[in-house]
Amino acid sequence: MLPLSAVEPGRRVEIVEIRAGRGLIMRLATMGFYPGTVIDVISNIGRGPLIIAREGIRLGLGFGMANKIWVRILR
Amino acid sequence: MGEDPPMKRIKIALAGNPNSGKTTVFNSLTGSRQHVGNWPGVTVERKEGKFSYGGCEVDVVDLPGIYGLTAYSLDERIARDFLIKETPDVVVAVIDASNLERNLYLVAQLLELRVNVILDLNMMDLVEAKGISIDTEKLSRVLGIPVVKTVANKGDGIEDLKKAIVAPPKRPGPFQIDYDPDIEAAIERLSDTLKNKGLPKEYPLRWLIVKLLEGDAEILEKVKKLPEGSGIEEAVLKTTASLERNLGYDLETAMVERRYGFLKGLVRECSEKRLGIEERLELSDRIDSVVTNKFLGIPIFLALMWLTFQFVFALGTPLADLIDSFFGWLGTAAASGLTVLNAPGWLSSLISDGIIAGVGSVLVFLPNIMLLFLAIAILEDSGYMARAAFVMDRFMHALGLHGKSFIPLILGFGCNIPGIMATRTLESRKDRILTILVNPLMSCSARLPIYTLFAGAFFSKNQGSIIFSLYLLGIILAVVVARIFKTIFFRHEVAPLIMELPPYRLPMVKGVIIHMWERGSLFLKKAGTIIFAGVILIWLLASLPVGVEYASEESLIGRLGSALAPVLSPAGFGFWQAGVALFFGVVAKEVVVGTLGTLYGVEEAGLRSALLQYFTPLSAYAFMVMSLIYIPCIAAIATIKRETNWKWTGLAVGYSLILGWIVAVLIYQIGGLF
Repeated sequence: MLPLSAVEPGRRVEIVEIRAGRGLIMRLATMGFYPGTVIDVISNIGRGPLIIAREGIRLGLGFGMANKIWVRILR
Repeated sequence: MGEDPPMKRIKIALAGNPNSGKTTVFNSLTGSRQHVGNWPGVTVERKEGKFSYGGCEVDVVDLPGIYGLTAYSLDERIARDFLIKETPDVVVAVIDASNLERNLYLVAQLLELRVNVILDLNMMDLVEAKGISIDTEKLSRVLGIPVVKTVANKGDGIEDLKKAIVAPPKRPGPFQIDYDPDIEAAIERLSDTLKNKGLPKEYPLRWLIVKLLEGDAEILEKVKKLPEGSGIEEAVLKTTASLERNLGYDLETAMVERRYGFLKGLVRECSEKRLGIEERLELSDRIDSVVTNKFLGIPIFLALMWLTFQFVFALGTPLADLIDSFFGWLGTAAASGLTVLNAPGWLSSLISDGIIAGVGSVLVFLPNIMLLFLAIAILEDSGYMARAAFVMDRFMHALGLHGKSFIPLILGFGCNIPGIMATRTLESRKDRILTILVNPLMSCSARLPIYTLFAGAFFSKNQGSIIFSLYLLGIILAVVVARIFKTIFFRHEVAPLIMELPPYRLPMVKGVIIHMWERGSLFLKKAGTIIFAGVILIWLLASLPVGVEYASEESLIGRLGSALAPVLSPAGFGFWQAGVALFFGVVAKEVVVGTLGTLYGVEEAGLRSALLQYFTPLSAYAFMVMSLIYIPCIAAIATIKRETNWKWTGLAVGYSLILGWIVAVLIYQIGGLF
């Protein structure tokens, strides 16, 4: 398991855990991102925000937020 | 009148995710019959419209774009309060059918709240382009609600939607998401316990319990206030704790997962995907790989901003000149007309010097502001604005804010009023206040005439760089001020950036024009009324006491200027005219130029040589800096008050006045050493 912020672009990962407050967890969930979701990392330059994708949905995510999302690499 | 058959009136609401095409559906339904107001108690825009169909007069309320009905976001709280308190007859859930599962999440929440939902599968053209087919009949059967397909931006299916809206609503069937057996048993137990405890009647009991189990703070607060509130709270907490023990993780995540589990099954059953996938998204991703690129992102952004401003000023300035000369002509014509009619001198002065000149000085900015909003609407509707916020996120962290605050600041370069209003899109109150407080430091277009006048008179060789340095100074000060306020007022707040990046789309003319007009007319209305009143006040101050020459040193305003002069002299412009000009400038910054013209009794051309007698290049620069920073204009102050409260408004006025004076004095004093 590693934080999403450490995943290289092009990887497909599964969200395992979101270590954040209730509000953020629910906000991500209503946007379609919750533990078990399979996502693609579209862009990650190692600092600044990331772009992640779940099927047709693209999400811009602050680097700090990406640090709180723990994932498992699928491929 | 009495013989007409009575029109049936129904009230409907549109709900949907941001970027689901909800606004386009709203525009197609209501056409031009719409208006913008505020939700009660908060300053989020509330858009309403009307249409008639099949003997029904339909009132349409456009809810804010939302993803769910949680208590965590202001928009979502507004939406659910509306649904519960104003009980619309029908709720049209507009969804992006090409992202069925995520979009249905909101629909499931609406159904759990037991409102009459019509499902509008919008963007059906994209669905077909992606090779997806949706079995609407099955969807309708399982959810127990009518389903309509639309392509709102082409107007397809709107007729069907209207038909479905006016058809007599059926109570939704017994739709219910089955959470896991443990959770269901807990819901059962809690509903037995809570049945006769005087829970608020407007909420469906099951929904209330689900929300309590999710830990919804607002509902919990309501329940606590009941006579047996503490007992209920205890029962809920105990249930939650025991469920979480069995689950091994938190309950709200479990409930979200169950909902999505249900939806996943539903989508699998009701839709089918042929091969040949998502080309449009690939295109979007390809554009993003350039636009949000590590090296190219910021240069592309800057280039687009430069183009925007070029477009706005190249097209706007000639129009502004036209308006300017029209009001010049109108003022002269009115004055001579009134003289012919033997009107008293004061009346003619009030009308031509006061009202026409004052209102004209505001309207001059209308072309620039409208064009800026046009450009911004295009950037927004195309999907680029979200990328700009994304690209600027790292820079914005220097201000203690995140990328989304960036859009209100950019708007501020056009006019601070829409800039301040645009902070409504920020989720965190602290972010909003901070963004509002520094917004007036973005050099709005009203300050440009001051810069052009002074830079032209004193720095004619490098006018451009001088003016640019003022814009830059504003940005630097915004960074400093934001950092300071952040440490003083909101130390621990860091709201993370979470923002959907919609696929790039070609903006539609109608949508862009409506968008521009909404913002532009708001400026016109608010600024118009306030500035009108301010102009009359200043005219009075300049005309009294009776018999004094208009705006002379002996008038009230002249005396005020003389009183201000000693305070301003450390900054190098300690004469009464400067004081008066700055005082007038609070009404609207561009008024500074006109005031100086009046006070020195010369036209704009002669003004330069007049200024050369009073100012040195150094004091001229200090004066420009003062004009940049000191006190936002009245219209901006009023907007800040509307969006926050008196405390923050007072701070915005106070800090800018003090900061402006300090920076101007520093520049003059330190500059004088060389």
